Amino acid sequence: MAQSVDLSGRELRTSTALPAVEVREVTKVFPGPHGETVVAVEDVTLTIQEGEFFSLLGPSGCGKTTTLRMIAGFELPTRGEIWIHGRPMGSTPPYRRPVNTVFQNYALFPHMTIYENVAFGLEMEGVPKDEIRRRVLEVLELVRLPGMESRRPRQLSGGQQQRVALARALVKQPEVLLLDEPLGALDLKLRKAMQLELKHIQHRVGITFIYVTHDQEEALTMSDRIAVMDRGQVLQVGAPAEIYEAPVNRFVADFIGESNLLEGQIARLEGERALIYVDGVELAAHRHAQEVQLHQAVTFALRPEKISLLATTAEVAPGHVSVTGVVEERVYIGTDTRYMVRIGDQAQLVVRMQNLTHQDADHFQPGDRVQLSWDPAVARVLVE
Amino acid sequence: MHESLSRRRGHRAQFWFLFTPGAFWLGFFFLLPLLIVLVYSFFTRGPYGNVIYRWTADNYARLLNPIYFQIFWQSLWMAVTTTVISLLVGYPLAYYIARQRQPWRNVLLLLVIIPFWTNFLVRTYAIMVLFRTEGVVNAVLQGLGVIQEPLQIMYTPFAVTFGLVYGYLPFMVLPLYASIEKFDFSLIEAAQDLGANGWRSFLRVMLPLTLPGIVAGCILVFIPAIGAFVTPDLLGGAKTMMIGNLTQQQFLKARNWPFGSAVSISLMVIVSIAAWIYFRYGEEEML
Ligand SMILES: Nc1ncnc2c1ncn2[C@@H]1O[C@H](COP(=O)(O)OP(=O)(O)O)[C@@H](O)[C@H]1O
Ligand SMILES: [Mg+2]
Repeated sequence: MAQSVDLSGRELRTSTALPAVEVREVTKVFPGPHGETVVAVEDVTLTIQEGEFFSLLGPSGCGKTTTLRMIAGFELPTRGEIWIHGRPMGSTPPYRRPVNTVFQNYALFPHMTIYENVAFGLEMEGVPKDEIRRRVLEVLELVRLPGMESRRPRQLSGGQQQRVALARALVKQPEVLLLDEPLGALDLKLRKAMQLELKHIQHRVGITFIYVTHDQEEALTMSDRIAVMDRGQVLQVGAPAEIYEAPVNRFVADFIGESNLLEGQIARLEGERALIYVDGVELAAHRHAQEVQLHQAVTFALRPEKISLLATTAEVAPGHVSVTGVVEERVYIGTDTRYMVRIGDQAQLVVRMQNLTHQDADHFQPGDRVQLSWDPAVARVLVE
Repeated sequence: MHESLSRRRGHRAQFWFLFTPGAFWLGFFFLLPLLIVLVYSFFTRGPYGNVIYRWTADNYARLLNPIYFQIFWQSLWMAVTTTVISLLVGYPLAYYIARQRQPWRNVLLLLVIIPFWTNFLVRTYAIMVLFRTEGVVNAVLQGLGVIQEPLQIMYTPFAVTFGLVYGYLPFMVLPLYASIEKFDFSLIEAAQDLGANGWRSFLRVMLPLTLPGIVAGCILVFIPAIGAFVTPDLLGGAKTMMIGNLTQQQFLKARNWPFGSAVSISLMVIVSIAAWIYFRYGEEEML
């Protein structure tokens, strides 16, 4: 997974400060319902820097919530250790950890007003009454909920309850804020708005956010770095662009965004470039410093938007390679048009062409013979 | 127009059809006897235990006699003690049951209910077998050498309270269970996340949210406990007289129906006050 270019786009404060959270070789095993054991998290190691917006991304059941709950202290690791700001947590109970959680179902206290809900955490710390008042009103201002103090949670909409849950955790000024799919219950439009707002709030308060989501788009737009998880394991950690452009394996490539993934064998090796034999055609990709052997079974991976469709007579851009195919299907989706192009007996490539001009959308028709061209440096060889 | 009118008429017919049998039943078998008891409580006992239909408030005046006041006070005290102990025992029990996995949880609930399948008298006699001078408890304690002489357990307030708690505990556990089972335990995690330790998260979050179950359980134990007469009769003997015993005694032994009625009505007033407290809190707290 060696990556020569730094795609993170943001410099992290790694130099002086201790990492906000370290998860060191943590495994969590649960007893299953029938006496068997369930490995929810397996040998996970993560280092989360201070001030970072860090996402745990993966399909449902991959161990995201369990990882978060171990950081919060609701579950103790079976093996391994959680460190927060250089302190090993051991079996420190949740109420003594410098972290706060925004729960997936919000978990607001139904018998308390909004004010009492937000004040609760400060009361537990023994903060003086007038300071509580000042800080509660301030944080309600921050999440844009002023004037709601005397309402009860059930009198608020889902989006407002979400803000209360956020305010209740933020008012404690934790070193780390844990968020478990906080926007999962909101409708799409509200979710998009809240994504931006959360990001904005995180910038203002400067607290480390550890954010759990199964929505790859959400993770890509919000995070400084993402850990992609599957079946209890962390497969890749990196900045959004890194994860998207340089997935380490088939799962990551498939889970993040859309990808053409074709299985084949290495037919030829020319330095960085590998030619992969797929279904009667040879497709060029870079191996990105991975060791591969001739005839080894690999996966050819290429994002649909990295492919250009050209007329068979057109000139291919310098440095690009091309194969020919037949357009099978065309779907217009507004910003771009999606083509399904057959290049072999079975093999198909999905191509996305941006609709820059009015005519772009109906440039190629189903049945047309076309050239597909791409820069082999953006196509990847995935091993295993 | 026509249609809605006929539908409304249909509704009314349906209402009377459903309402009448129940109303008749309650009126005839509940309200009427109650009214008779109320009226009797203002009459006088005749020389042979008959009722003389002459208005008087003497029966109520007689209740102010310290002897009866003492009985009321003892009953109240006993019922409160029973309720408190039932709550202290019942809450952890209900909590434990509510947190079990499913097949096991229903089994435990069933175990709580099973004693109801046995006659109450039989169960009270079973307690006597345990508590008698030559009973199981004394035998075991003597066998272990903890005591030399048998303890006098029977015919003490302790025995009565024990019997009452034993008898009414399910009435406490069931509503508590219903409340705790509905309780969202992620709220406890939220409280702990915000810095509350176990005890404080219980006091500030779980207790207020399970209050409806607590109040219901307390009422369901308190009401039968304050009117109990079988348990104090068998386990308390002559030493522990409760309102229930007094009522029974007046109706059956002393054949003083008017005074017995006055005792009953007074008991009803106490119970009504308890129920009123329940509904006041119930309305406030049931969200
Ligand atoms: N308390 C538990 N007891 C048993 N199994 C659990 C428990 N919590 C989680 N699991 C299992 O661990 C795995 C990971 O769960 P979770 O961390 O909730 O996943 P995610 O949040 O990514 O959807 C799942 O297979 C789940 O069934
Ligand atoms: Mg989850």
